[in-house]
Amino acid sequence: MARKLQEINAGSMADIAFLLLIFFLVTTTMDVDTGLVRKLPPPPPPNQEKTPPIKERNVFIVLINSKDQLLVEGELIDVHHLKEKAKEFIKNPYNKDNLPEKKIIEVPYFGKYAVSKGVISLQNDRGTSYKKYIEVQNELVAAYNELRDELAMEKFGKYFDELDKDKQDAIKKIYPQRISEAEPKNVGGN
Amino acid sequence: MARFKKDKGKSTPAISTASLPDIIFMLLFFFMVTTVMREVELKIRVRVPQATELKKLEKKSLVSYIYIGKPLKKYQKIFGTEPRIQLNDAFAEVSDIQQFILKERESRNEKEVPLMTTSLKVDEEVKMGIVTDVKQELRKVNALKINYSSKKRDKNW
Repeated sequence: MARKLQEINAGSMADIAFLLLIFFLVTTTMDVDTGLVRKLPPPPPPNQEKTPPIKERNVFIVLINSKDQLLVEGELIDVHHLKEKAKEFIKNPYNKDNLPEKKIIEVPYFGKYAVSKGVISLQNDRGTSYKKYIEVQNELVAAYNELRDELAMEKFGKYFDELDKDKQDAIKKIYPQRISEAEPKNVGGN
Repeated sequence: MARFKKDKGKSTPAISTASLPDIIFMLLFFFMVTTVMREVELKIRVRVPQATELKKLEKKSLVSYIYIGKPLKKYQKIFGTEPRIQLNDAFAEVSDIQQFILKERESRNEKEVPLMTTSLKVDEEVKMGIVTDVKQELRKVNALKINYSSKKRDKNW
């Protein structure tokens, strides 16, 4: 009798562990949350004076109405063309008069570089669908990302994401993401 | 003594399963560590829109979620069909958001507060009105880092 009790039977231990394992397998959610990262503007100070007006040529106005139509710089266009227009606006490759001014600043790795002063202003109606809003946001972010990629390719021969932090910061200085969202209001049409 | 020897020599002993629990435990610990428990039960329908310029949300422990969408069928009798906000497990109003964010902040380390992100999980059919209200509330409590949760889409469409 005594000999039989020499060892505790560990066979059922596996079953118990299996049970726990299956429980955790079932409750595990492996999905990674992805999305568009944005930063909201800080709340306006209570006794704020009127912000200095920005020159019209430096603002790229995007309006979305309640019927999900897009008005870009006074022109009714399709979302698919928004990226190209935004890129042209930010870069202003031919230094046109109606596109944003440039300011020469010192950027590491690049030396003196003419950086555009352009700001993208996005306004939407309360009746705009969230889907359209994200589409437009996505196109605008894509415009910036493409410009950064192009510059990174030209200068370093690599995509923006593959660069180290210093170089990324330098490029970010040249193409800062400036998408401003105006205080909400009704852009007309219900 | 003689009997002992006989026993040993006769049949090949079964493969020892003694190490099996160890292996299973190892797996178990792996899953325990990587598990993120499903925290909320969604009471609204959320189908997030699709986008291409996605970034992964890092540090899940610093993310608070706000869900906006139509109530599910079984809740429609009580809550109607208009888009509603859900915080944690309950329906909420726009005015509850400030409280919610402050509570989330309290439970975190002070150093981590500036890194906290609010992830907006919004159904694609929702109108911007309610989303704008939520964003205004977030601005008031200085929760400025936000993330519009969306799924991957192909670049060419």
